[in-house]
Amino acid sequence: MIDRLQELGREALEEIKQADSVKALESVRVKYLGKKGPITEVLRGMGQLSEEERPKVGQKANDVREEIKEKLEEKTEQLEKAALDEKLKAESIDVTLPGKEVKQGARHPLTAVVEEIEDIFVGLGFQVTEGPEVETDQYNFEKLNLPAEHPARDMQDSFYVTTDMLLRTQTSPVQARTMETFEGQGPVKIVCPGKVYRRDDDDATHSHQFMQIEGLYVDKNVQMSDLKGVLEAFVQKYFGADRSIRLRPSFFPFTEPSVEVDVSCGICGGKGCRVCKHSGWIEVLGAGMIHPNVLEMSGFDPEIYTGFAFGMGVERFAMLKYGIDDIRHFYTNDIRFLNQFKRA
Amino acid sequence: MLVSYQWLKNYVDIDDLSAEDAAERLTRGGVEVDMLHIRTEGVEHVVVGYVEECSRHPEADKLSVCVVDTGSAKRTIVCGASNIQAGQKVVTAEPGAVLPGGVEITTTTLRGQESQGMICSLQELGVEQKLVAKEYQDGIYVLSDDAEIGADAVAEIGLRDTVLELDLTPNRPDCLSMLGVAYEIAALLDRDIVHPDTAHKESAEHTSGHVSVQVDVPKDNPFYGVKVVKNIVVGPSPQWMQNRLTAAGIRPISNVVDITNYVLLEYGQPLHAFDLDRLGSSEILVRRAAEGEEMTTLDGETRTLSSEHMVITNGKEPVALAGVMGGATSEVQDDTTTVLLEAAYFQPARVRKASRQTGIRSESSIRFEKGIDSGRVEEAAERAASLLETYAGGEVLQGRVEVDHRPSENKKIETSAGELNGLLGMNLSEDDILSIFRRLRLPASAENGVIIVEVPTRRPDLEREVDLAEEAARLYGYDYIPTTLPSGVTTPGFLTDRQRRERRMRRFLESSGLNEALTYTLTSREHSSRLQLHTLPGKVDVSLPMSEERSTMRTSLLPQLLDTVQYNRNRQINDAAVFELGSIFIGESGGELTKQPQEKTVLAAAVTGWWDTHLWQGEKKKADFFIIKGVLEGLFNELGVASAVEFVRSAHTELHPGRSADIYLNGVYAGFTGQLHPSVEKEWDLKETYVFQLDMDLILSYDAVSVFYETVPRYPAVTRDIALVVDDGVPAGKVERVIKEAGGNLLHDTSLFDVYQGENLSAGKKSLAFSLVYLDPDRTLTDEEVSRTHDNVLKQLEEEVSAELRK
Ligand SMILES: [Zn+2]
Repeated sequence: MIDRLQELGREALEEIKQADSVKALESVRVKYLGKKGPITEVLRGMGQLSEEERPKVGQKANDVREEIKEKLEEKTEQLEKAALDEKLKAESIDVTLPGKEVKQGARHPLTAVVEEIEDIFVGLGFQVTEGPEVETDQYNFEKLNLPAEHPARDMQDSFYVTTDMLLRTQTSPVQARTMETFEGQGPVKIVCPGKVYRRDDDDATHSHQFMQIEGLYVDKNVQMSDLKGVLEAFVQKYFGADRSIRLRPSFFPFTEPSVEVDVSCGICGGKGCRVCKHSGWIEVLGAGMIHPNVLEMSGFDPEIYTGFAFGMGVERFAMLKYGIDDIRHFYTNDIRFLNQFKRA
Repeated sequence: MLVSYQWLKNYVDIDDLSAEDAAERLTRGGVEVDMLHIRTEGVEHVVVGYVEECSRHPEADKLSVCVVDTGSAKRTIVCGASNIQAGQKVVTAEPGAVLPGGVEITTTTLRGQESQGMICSLQELGVEQKLVAKEYQDGIYVLSDDAEIGADAVAEIGLRDTVLELDLTPNRPDCLSMLGVAYEIAALLDRDIVHPDTAHKESAEHTSGHVSVQVDVPKDNPFYGVKVVKNIVVGPSPQWMQNRLTAAGIRPISNVVDITNYVLLEYGQPLHAFDLDRLGSSEILVRRAAEGEEMTTLDGETRTLSSEHMVITNGKEPVALAGVMGGATSEVQDDTTTVLLEAAYFQPARVRKASRQTGIRSESSIRFEKGIDSGRVEEAAERAASLLETYAGGEVLQGRVEVDHRPSENKKIETSAGELNGLLGMNLSEDDILSIFRRLRLPASAENGVIIVEVPTRRPDLEREVDLAEEAARLYGYDYIPTTLPSGVTTPGFLTDRQRRERRMRRFLESSGLNEALTYTLTSREHSSRLQLHTLPGKVDVSLPMSEERSTMRTSLLPQLLDTVQYNRNRQINDAAVFELGSIFIGESGGELTKQPQEKTVLAAAVTGWWDTHLWQGEKKKADFFIIKGVLEGLFNELGVASAVEFVRSAHTELHPGRSADIYLNGVYAGFTGQLHPSVEKEWDLKETYVFQLDMDLILSYDAVSVFYETVPRYPAVTRDIALVVDDGVPAGKVERVIKEAGGNLLHDTSLFDVYQGENLSAGKKSLAFSLVYLDPDRTLTDEEVSRTHDNVLKQLEEEVSAELRK
């Protein structure tokens, strides 16, 4: 009987080996391990055996069964894997084909620059204030220490809409307006972004409309060294920690002393190149200590309060940051231009 | 201001400093040097030649053949100038010489005659045509007889020079003079100043015997003085003077005119020379012009004057427009022998008005307008007299006739080291500060810690203490100001809610696939009447527009966004989705503004072409109404106002009547959206284009509905789908509203998932399929409960919109 069981085992294993589908294996299983299968058949004749032989045969039958089961499982797994491989192979795609584009618009580069600058100053404790684009002569000029007939009015040839209203030539009137709301009580720390207008013919470097951000810091004991410190902090955040600034004397009617602020050239590291016109420095800001007349006209006592103000051209910052060479690009809105600022 | 570096050296010893270095020092000190011009740049190996022989070219009447001794050789040179003569010393470019622009001189043949070089005009050395004196304008330049043959001709003429072009700020009119620049550089370098020589002889005859002066307008004209110089011989001025004038951009005319211009440049004091014999009287009367009074100025133009103008008259008629330009009748001419020299101080504002109104910007008016040194008027007159004596053979009469109303005392400013340091954040000692004022030649004294500065008339810009702080800082050097942070209270920086919502709005639109555009605020009258949010009472026009295209403030963002789409279409970019956030400007119904116009923040967008493209998979979708509406719904959701918004069919005539909607927020009109009317599309040459424009001031005035957590459902929902047949004209929005009302609290969500028209439906009908989700957050709904509500929904639908269930 043991021989018979062994033979059955060999036959079963051979059939498993031959099976080429899960279905074929199933019939092998039914054939050999089923209740009517040959192994059960053999075991039915166990009664004729001796006490000694019985367990041996029983053991053998179990071993054979186990082996068949094991092989069946093994083979099933094999076949299933092969089938899956086949299926996956059929599902294969060209992974180098382009993915589905997620539609994404771009931020206008001027907005990107304005927001970045706003964020830096907000981080330095400033608030952002805005004001009207059509201003009165009083706020655009007079309250900024530019009385009628002041020769410096020539610097800003303007668009008037009536004899005493014009398109603002600077965002400084917002500073005057905001200061007034503080009713002589500091501190005042604001930045004012916005559009301004001057009578310039549009060309690569001039635009009758452009954007400015001006800022203001009024408090007791504000010194010119503070202006230097705050603007250095700003410049290093915007242009990079390795940049330095220098001040050059200049003139603005609403500040005294007035300075131009240069930042060290990032292209040549200060050695001089085409971008910085071989000077190692790039002019980026106008600034100064707020003129006592301006403080007075906005309700602050210049004996108690001092302050500094600064202003910058947004287009210029954008041109420096992104290497744009023509100011008109900002207002033409060529999609091929705009699309480049999705990450801005 | 153009500053000849060679000339500057007359007043201050700067031989050790190159023009470049001086320019850098000036710029760092606050007087910006915009550019350096090297005169006769590029000219090489051009020498003084002596014309030994000069004969007519055998083949050409207009050419001469000259033999020129250049010291090293005798050259035969063909010359086309008509003023060439034997015996002249001329500017000779031998073969190998280089002229401006890299023009190399070689031996050539002209009409069969070899020419070994070229005899040059000043223009050929790079002097601008308009600056060349009349006698040399059409020919070669002739050097003086004592020029050394073979020497560098450029140096002999005196044109080896660098010109500093200053970009002056309005507060430094003192630097509109050579002396002013000399003071500046002397202060920066701590050096001495050499003053011009004003010495001259005086005849026994007194000026007052020839002329009287009366000033009727002392406010406009605080000082008016005259000198008389007789026996003048008008002729050319010396070459060095001509060189200095041309360096400054002024054309030499004659010795008399050149001397007045020379002193103008030297002192910044405009002078005027009248021909006394042509004055028409022996009196000068300064007054305002009569309204409509006429005069002919030096340039030959007849000017009609107003009472805003100040004139110099001979007692009857104007002979000069004060400070701006002289009159034609009393102009110095070749035969002039007696000169009346005017030296005056005119009020800046008065001259400015005249200059503005007549459109004349002269060297004189530029200086008067900005403010000249009222304390140097007389000195400048004496300097001119001295030069007239030396270079025009003049005899200077004794004294001056003058009317003087200038303030007798100079302004004084008090300050202290403590005050200045407090403002600058520096630590200068009193001695440091006094030393700076000494270098600046500002008389200052210190006592008990108080510094008193007496401001000289040449620096009218110094008005108060802060001005002295600037002088101290710029002379000491801004580099020495330390870097500190403000010591006051710290305050939190933040964006307002409105600013944050505007940013969110931009972010949302960008991430929805729209590019942000920025267009000009000034637009054309035509554009300003188009695609408006609503009818506006008036517009805001610019008084003197630069062009029709930029003549009025925009009343809508859309016309220029459509221009943008068109601009891109013209460049084969047919798919565009752009938005802009900006202001529109609302005028008054009367036309003229009586107060600042209303500025309304508006958001607009234009979308055209393929919205969604994924070419290789064949999926694409064109922009349509529901895409732009989807963007808007998303935006309203982002802004927290979605639940208050309603879309209602629009009657806007510039929009497609069937594909446009007005947008209401809590029942208030807030904007529109839809396809442009095909006639508008045609006008802008656009394909199907969808737009919206919203009143953001209105929309952002609503608080966002705040986000509040609702329990995530713990009990199962029951979904019932229905297909309804309704009349074509019934808006889906209405059907949905009926469902929501009838569904009550149990109806958790409703969504439209199919719209169908056509086969299997009778004409004039459409099918709408909705998915209704019923849910009770607190328990499991029974089938019965759901059915009861659902039946009510169906009943209401039937009653209100005659909806039938589609079988
Ligand atoms: Zn550089």
